[in-house]
Amino acid sequence: MTDTAPRELPLQELDEVIIRFAGDSGDGMQLTGDQFTSISAALGNDLATLPEFPAEIRAPQGTLAGVSAFQVRISDFAITTPGDAPTVLVAMNPAALKAQLHNVVQGGAIIINTDAFNERNLEKAGYESNPLEDGSLEGYRTYPVPMSQITRDAVAEHGVKPRDAERSKNFFALGLISWMYTRPVEPTMEFINTKFSGKELVIKANEAAFHAGYNFGETAELFESHYEIKPAALPSGEYTNVNGNTALAWGCVAAGQLARLPVFLGSYPITPASDILHDLSALKNFGVRTFQAEDEIAAAASAVGAAFGGALSFTTTSGPGVALKGETLGLAVSLELPLIVIDIQRGGPSTGLPTKPEQADLMMAMYGRHSESPMPIVAPKSPADCFNAAIEACRIALRYRTPVMLLSDGYLATSSEPWLLPEIDSLPDIGVEFHTGFNGTNEDGEGIFLPYLRDPETLARPWAIPGTPDLMHRIGGIEKEDGSGNISYDPENHQKMVDLRAAKIAAIDVPDIEIAGDQDATFCMLGWGSTWGAIDAAVDRLQQAGKKVAHVHLTHLNPLPKNLGEVLATFDKVICPEMNDGQLVNLVRAKYLLDVKPVNKMNGVPFTTAEIESAALQAMDAS
Amino acid sequence: MTDTSPRTEPADWATDQEVRWCPGCGDYSILTAMRMLMPELDVDRENTVFISGIGCAARFPYYMNTYGMHGIHGRAPAIATGLAMARPDLDIWVIGGDGDMMSIGGNHLIHALRRNVNIKILLFNNMIYGLTKGQFSPTSEVGKVTKSSPMGSLDSPFNPISVALGAEASFVARTHDMDRQHMMDMFRRAHEHKGAAIVEVFQNCNVFNDGAWEGITKKQNRDANLITLEHGQPIRFGADGEFGVVVDGGAAKVVSVADVGVDALLVHDEHKPDPSTAFMLSRLARGPFEPTPIGVFRATERIEYASSSTSQLAMAHDNQGSGDLAALLRSRGTWQV
Repeated sequence: MTDTAPRELPLQELDEVIIRFAGDSGDGMQLTGDQFTSISAALGNDLATLPEFPAEIRAPQGTLAGVSAFQVRISDFAITTPGDAPTVLVAMNPAALKAQLHNVVQGGAIIINTDAFNERNLEKAGYESNPLEDGSLEGYRTYPVPMSQITRDAVAEHGVKPRDAERSKNFFALGLISWMYTRPVEPTMEFINTKFSGKELVIKANEAAFHAGYNFGETAELFESHYEIKPAALPSGEYTNVNGNTALAWGCVAAGQLARLPVFLGSYPITPASDILHDLSALKNFGVRTFQAEDEIAAAASAVGAAFGGALSFTTTSGPGVALKGETLGLAVSLELPLIVIDIQRGGPSTGLPTKPEQADLMMAMYGRHSESPMPIVAPKSPADCFNAAIEACRIALRYRTPVMLLSDGYLATSSEPWLLPEIDSLPDIGVEFHTGFNGTNEDGEGIFLPYLRDPETLARPWAIPGTPDLMHRIGGIEKEDGSGNISYDPENHQKMVDLRAAKIAAIDVPDIEIAGDQDATFCMLGWGSTWGAIDAAVDRLQQAGKKVAHVHLTHLNPLPKNLGEVLATFDKVICPEMNDGQLVNLVRAKYLLDVKPVNKMNGVPFTTAEIESAALQAMDAS
Repeated sequence: MTDTSPRTEPADWATDQEVRWCPGCGDYSILTAMRMLMPELDVDRENTVFISGIGCAARFPYYMNTYGMHGIHGRAPAIATGLAMARPDLDIWVIGGDGDMMSIGGNHLIHALRRNVNIKILLFNNMIYGLTKGQFSPTSEVGKVTKSSPMGSLDSPFNPISVALGAEASFVARTHDMDRQHMMDMFRRAHEHKGAAIVEVFQNCNVFNDGAWEGITKKQNRDANLITLEHGQPIRFGADGEFGVVVDGGAAKVVSVADVGVDALLVHDEHKPDPSTAFMLSRLARGPFEPTPIGVFRATERIEYASSSTSQLAMAHDNQGSGDLAALLRSRGTWQV
């Protein structure tokens, strides 16, 4: 570090940068990444984030297993993914460098906290020699920075103990990166003061560390330039930055208002779905009632009970929880009550990879209950789309009186993107009426209530809630007589009820599929859910390379859009990238007898654009 | 209750569905007691809900002309908890057997009790699996010979009253299917209680476990083996009240009143905050062949779950105002493009 006055460094304009902050899981990398994202959002960049953290709360310090990372891509053009490979890596310790280096593009910048590269940490990370000295970082632009030491020096004057001082080093890193990418200082000062309100010493330390980092960039003769990324040309309006789980929670609240029903959530904590429970638990002033149940089954069962009572009922979970809820969901199918099951898919089987995404619960959502128990399935395509998906799932559940499965995943759950806020008035009215009067007569001509007499248009049964005079009725899991709902073991009746339950779901009004990309292409990529961003970006790249390619993306998986078979049949070749071993492919092949080709990935990391681009090129060449 | 005639008759609470329990089943008398009690409670059919799981007892809702749900095995307390939270205005009864609620649904039962959700749980205990045709249940005695335990069951049984007390239940009572008036009294007391109430009903399965409770419930055995608990009264039984219960050496024990004197007898206190004495009473008999207490073991006041949940909603509303969706979507900061 020098004492010279700020140098006038050249300001270079970039169209995008992909930064990955990586450190120990206790180093505050998620916070650092989040804050950098917020500042960039406010500057008008388009952005997408990809947090990545270990399943353990505090994995052994300094080890590869304990590395926590946060990738953020900011750009001056519209983007749909957090980027394939970081162009900048901030490595807070040897483990972070070792775990993340392979991700970084050749020639990328690596900003290293050299203070952490002592013998002990190198050993813990499994380095036999110091990568800062042995030439293994050749081919990258490395910026060694003694972050811990400068942070300690900077905060010392505020009376912070050396041990505590180092906790502020993530703010040093944030300050440095904020300088590099010409981010304003003020928003982070405000953030620090709000976040650590009441802890004066922590506020002072973090502020000092941030400024030290910012000034270091300016004064240390280490960096050749700093950078500017202009705002992206996004549709005008008011934006917020939202991740998938928060968007889902907000969507649940919005759906309650749009349906004019109180919201009930029965849930049991499970990664990566718990944040929806947290978010909704904090929204009691919206009349949202949350119930942390004793187990996954009780969570679903309580939601069934609340739905019987007339609430807009949700249960949130991940794959293992859906497995446990299976029998209860079968009951909900039989009772024909509205219920929304939110599955934030994660790697499996069993505990699997709790913090990593997969799309491998599709078959369970379709068929994971005994006997014929059809359930509609909705899948959001991006973090912000989770808001729409929640409302759409509720619309279907209410209109057709059925449990609905919403399939998000660990990627959408924690990733964030700018969201052009909708006008509240533009959101759909999804309200339905409770049944309040007789709908039949007995042989004596007296009015009676038939709980399974269906609406001829939707095949939905009447929803009459306890407290409604004269409509007392009993429902249950035993097969019911069509119309009366009385217990019936009659063979013909059972056939009829199986057919009716299937017909009701099959006839749900799902919007027709639209082709994105080249309408006249002969090659198509079919996707569903969270792969949308990567496929969309791959389509862009292929088009730039002069290829014609179409993209068909499903957000409704049961029933499938009515025109899907017809649309897919117009292409010579269709590939289907999905984070499973070919589940949508199997559904589509079985239903339409079309030879859709699988492109599968099951390593806990979302598809990169390059992987999909390459799979597409291979498939095109093969023809 | 007012002194005008009840708004409903027992027959109003019956459905048109044929009752399909085996002839002679104890469930019939429980159903009759419930139908007879309802007019006395002066409640409305549309505001009453019966929720059940699976088993013979679980058919109960089909026979009550109220709202009802026949759920899945063991889950009735959980279903009822959701309903009670969403609709604190309703009277919710949960019906299940010993297999349903002590075995597959044991978890939901204990959690509903400790939360003190305002539901009234009737546990029909016949010490056998009836609907699956006669396997031993979690309340069957050790050595029970059944089709699934031809050499005798190895399982130590649960004592439902002990379990309920251990689960922090605020209201715990026991009755039996041979005494309609006592059943009605216990069900009424459960209904009056604010919070979770559990009533164990000794119920005879005349097909798979006939006479299991006879040692205490049969008319000629009642004097010797049935102890009726009454709040504020010394615990006494026998044809002439010649036996009593004392606490001795950390346990409840049967004594001859002549030996110890009336003043030495345990005076029953349903409202005792500490459940230890009630627990001792629940352990008095080792099985239905020794003097066994019936009545209210415990009736204490504790905050009810759904009303606490409602209070939190009201508090949040008072502190933060009515939820504004547009503001919520802007709560994490916004920017203009």
